[in-house]
Amino acid sequence: MSELPTIRDESWRYADFDAVEQLGVEALDQWQNVSVADGETHRQCLIVGSDAPELHRIRLNIGKGARAEIFVVVIGNDYTRVEVETDLGEGAHFEFGGVTIGGGDAVREFVTRTTHDRPDATSNQVVRAVHWNEATGNFLGAINVGSEGQRTDAAQDFKALVLEKGATANAKPELEIFADDVKCAHGAAIGQMDEMARYYMASRGIAPDVAQRLLVRAFIADALAALEDEGEAERLLEAALNVLEARK
Amino acid sequence: MLKIENLHAEIDGKEILKGLSLEVNAGEIHAIMGPNGAGKSTLAYVLGGRPGYEVTQGTVTFDGKDLLDMEPHERAAAGMFLGFQYPVEIPGVSNVQFLREALNSQRKQRGEEPMSGGEFLKLAKEKAGLLKLDMEMLKRNVNVGFSGGEKKRNEMVQMGILDPQFAVLDETDSGLDIDALKVVGEGINAIMRKSDKGVMLITHYQRLLDYVQPDFVHILAAGRIVKTGDADLAKQLEAEGYDEVMAA
Repeated sequence: MSELPTIRDESWRYADFDAVEQLGVEALDQWQNVSVADGETHRQCLIVGSDAPELHRIRLNIGKGARAEIFVVVIGNDYTRVEVETDLGEGAHFEFGGVTIGGGDAVREFVTRTTHDRPDATSNQVVRAVHWNEATGNFLGAINVGSEGQRTDAAQDFKALVLEKGATANAKPELEIFADDVKCAHGAAIGQMDEMARYYMASRGIAPDVAQRLLVRAFIADALAALEDEGEAERLLEAALNVLEARK
Repeated sequence: MLKIENLHAEIDGKEILKGLSLEVNAGEIHAIMGPNGAGKSTLAYVLGGRPGYEVTQGTVTFDGKDLLDMEPHERAAAGMFLGFQYPVEIPGVSNVQFLREALNSQRKQRGEEPMSGGEFLKLAKEKAGLLKLDMEMLKRNVNVGFSGGEKKRNEMVQMGILDPQFAVLDETDSGLDIDALKVVGEGINAIMRKSDKGVMLITHYQRLLDYVQPDFVHILAAGRIVKTGDADLAKQLEAEGYDEVMAA
């Protein structure tokens, strides 16, 4: 890419353009390319974000019958964007679990483009966003099923928890289907903390901050439910919950 | 042990409790009966400190301390237990995790050592057995997918584990079949009928009182206690109805 995106680019519509400018065009050209050989399994667990804008772009090529899993927790204090472009081979599976969490005025977002152009491939994407102050959490997920992608089974699930007024969440599912025997499911929900659950916990002696931590943990754990390595799942959860703990 | 004097409380600016006074001594079980809309659940929630229930006048003293000055979780740690009419579901948090967190939060507030996982499981197993609740239910998420009766038995298991000084039980009998009612009644006796404990049983029906013999029965109507008697008052109510008994 030789020039910076604008708000007219669909996949950039909720981006922080001051931060994008700071990142510059070089950042846009940095793709991490991952090829998963036929029948192999690839797993990546990432905790990303810092005090400066960050852009992470991953291009996944998943071979026949292979499986790729990416789990990402975004904890940056500035604009943080993780993009994953996936091309699935025949009978391949793509698993994506993402969490964005934080306050301030930062935009934290996942942008995925998943291409099913071979038969019998499956994909499952679960994203959870927890934000406060003036922060924003986004999930833009495109699923493209080509004419060869028969018996595709693709699912996307996004839920956002807005802890206070002023925080925002945006969901933008985008499905493009050119095969006729296809299952594509997507769901999005944006809500607030369940006050009754919090009160119920308090009535049993659990202090409000502990109750909130338990409820947020339960909420974001959905995104890591498919991660079978319990140690890694715990590491990612802790990274996310530490951000909540530091909340002022 | 619990002394309520001239209590006035409102929800959304509407006065529900209008000068309620009541004293429960250690070793006593008091039943509160009354027609729909009398303020029974409001009384329970005010004692439990539920947000939105505003006390405008009066005092509540619990073990010599100002109960109304405490946060809900502090009330629990001080020994107050509220059995909910509609127990709350908490997806993603297991009963065992919830209760251990609650017990240890209370112990921490009281300056006691936390209970180990092994000790806790032993205690949980004992109390679940007392209420004939399958231990498997305790491993499931809090009240999620529980039947009405299972939720109520779970409330009593929680009460057994937390071992409070005082319990306010808001229609614990509703939703229970005849066998479950007996189990719950016996559970309340086993856990709470002690010389240093007190119970306030809020109920619509006499039948729970067949198992849990009250020392006093009060009729709550239009936000006040309008009549007080012994266990016979409840039997009289069952036979004659509120209108007739209150008019007498």
